[in-house]
Amino acid sequence: MEKKKKKYEKQLILPAGEFDVFLQALNKAGYEIIGPTVEDQAIVFDTITSSSELPTGWTDEQNAGSYRLHKTEENLFFDFNVSPHSWKKRLHLANLLLWQAKTNGSGFSIAESNGNIPKQAFLGVRSCDAAAIEKQDKIFLQGDYIDTAYKSRRDQTLIITVNCSKAGGNCFCTSMETGPYAKSGYDLSLTEIKKNGRYFFYLEIGSDEGASVLAGMPALEEASVDDDSFVRDKMREVSKMMKKNVDTTDIKSLFYDNYDNSIWTKIAERCMNCANCTMVCPTCFCTNVEDVTDLTGAEAERWRRWDSCFTMDFSYIHGGSVRPSAANRYRHWITHKFAAWHDQFDESGCVGCGRCITWCPVGIDITQEIQNLRKSKTPV
Amino acid sequence: MSRNIKPKLAVWKFASCDGCQLSLLDCEDELLAFANVIQIANFPEASRAVIKGKYDISLVEGSITTSHDAERIHKIRRQSKFLMTIGACATSGGIQALRNFTDVSRFTSMVYAHPNYISTLNKSTPIRDHVYVDFELHGCPINKYQLVEVCSALLHGRKPVTPSYSVCMECKRKGNVCVMVAHNTLCLGPVTHAGCDALCPSYNRGCFGCFGPKETPQTTSLAKKWKELGAKNDDVVRAFRGFYAYAEPFRKESEAHED
Repeated sequence: MEKKKKKYEKQLILPAGEFDVFLQALNKAGYEIIGPTVEDQAIVFDTITSSSELPTGWTDEQNAGSYRLHKTEENLFFDFNVSPHSWKKRLHLANLLLWQAKTNGSGFSIAESNGNIPKQAFLGVRSCDAAAIEKQDKIFLQGDYIDTAYKSRRDQTLIITVNCSKAGGNCFCTSMETGPYAKSGYDLSLTEIKKNGRYFFYLEIGSDEGASVLAGMPALEEASVDDDSFVRDKMREVSKMMKKNVDTTDIKSLFYDNYDNSIWTKIAERCMNCANCTMVCPTCFCTNVEDVTDLTGAEAERWRRWDSCFTMDFSYIHGGSVRPSAANRYRHWITHKFAAWHDQFDESGCVGCGRCITWCPVGIDITQEIQNLRKSKTPV
Repeated sequence: MSRNIKPKLAVWKFASCDGCQLSLLDCEDELLAFANVIQIANFPEASRAVIKGKYDISLVEGSITTSHDAERIHKIRRQSKFLMTIGACATSGGIQALRNFTDVSRFTSMVYAHPNYISTLNKSTPIRDHVYVDFELHGCPINKYQLVEVCSALLHGRKPVTPSYSVCMECKRKGNVCVMVAHNTLCLGPVTHAGCDALCPSYNRGCFGCFGPKETPQTTSLAKKWKELGAKNDDVVRAFRGFYAYAEPFRKESEAHED
């Protein structure tokens, strides 16, 4: 997006002790803060108003098909990786009423559902998630057809990234070149630092909207050259902590040349077609449209809901589903994500957040499957 | 269906607990609207006044467990334009289909003082095994909003919205944290038909599978995962042998884990 161009070169220091002043400045600027908090034994994002609601001292341990919270000694605000749900649930709603129709005598009238969208600040967006939002922006906001429902929320959203202080068990953002350091896609960006008795946030400004929030609070001191290099080193260190990776060399042909590989049927023995991967994926954007009427026929509604390519209805046309087997459906999903997305949008559809690995109930690991595919490559 | 003449509705009961029929009476807010557009012609749970057939819509609750019922369902089919089963019993045989895994006389001899008075079939079977069924609505009990939805769709000649994908789809759209991944709670959600709006996982309970198998249930993979989480053979058998015990995918999976 145009407004995200980097024009603020100065980096600032926000002392951790002043974090509530920063949150108040966000509220004062009219933003509802959506930040991390502990709920249902997970770090989820919800409305917060003070730093006391942050998951201080908690971290997440993510493995294939497993998510656990642990206490840490560090007592940092943002000592975790990606949340169970991606930000798309707040921009590209899971259930959206598109319009309602009512009969009125001879005909009917249509009421579009354009509610008042409040300003929202996403606090704690990871670089992979910021990249995912940029990918969805491309889908919904560019080209001839603008998704007005998405736009109305996106326009009201301030993005505050927090660079990861560690790599999670299923992270591979370095392979997808989306992190761990957020290079773009933010209004404000924070790096949480505790060193030599100092506890502060290294703050970067990415847009005028971000800058105007800071104008509403006492001036912050500038970061030193030392702080700059500390952040750079820290980010390099986090990159090295990445346990998973995807080799993206010739990735399009890897999928296009392996349409008939037996690996797909092997995966289908484990894949339950439950669609969890597509629901948690921050870039998956498919929807279904449902029309409902009331009993009297006086009112009708059109709803748009998240859909998944793992359902039979998704590819149902006259006579049946185009992709009837689980093998077909898994192949379709992963091929779209890593290959066809390049043809469609000129980039990869994966940001390396690892959610599909964590939240697959049987722990199918997309990075592992890509490695398996490379090993078993069908001879051309 | 013309809206000038109200379609006649009948509700029929076979071997069941009445819970699904009561879902219709549970439609408190929608019940008056329902009565305005549909003539409730035969519904003993609601009224003793019975209007004779034929019926435009027949809702059938319960499974076939006696030879008398096996004949009765044919009479009902003959009187019904559109026959729809409601609930687990009518669509899969219900919890009483547990008898199908053993000899029913073992149960009758334990339950009744004079089992020789009991005349029952060896198996509890779904309505579809006996007559043509136009539509099957799942659940134990059915979801009343889905019942209203199917009736509305029928009245207005459109396709009802009752998706057959997994409970996980509803669960994730709701924003729940997965109870299996985050809490190690055994959950049948990934193989279970949607329709309950992920009721149990929303209260941090695992799904009991009371809407039966979804469209493409990969039960073997789920059972394997359950065992990794500590479930024993018995636990797997019991989980799949619930309200939809005799639905083929669940039946096969439970049989695979019998000791």
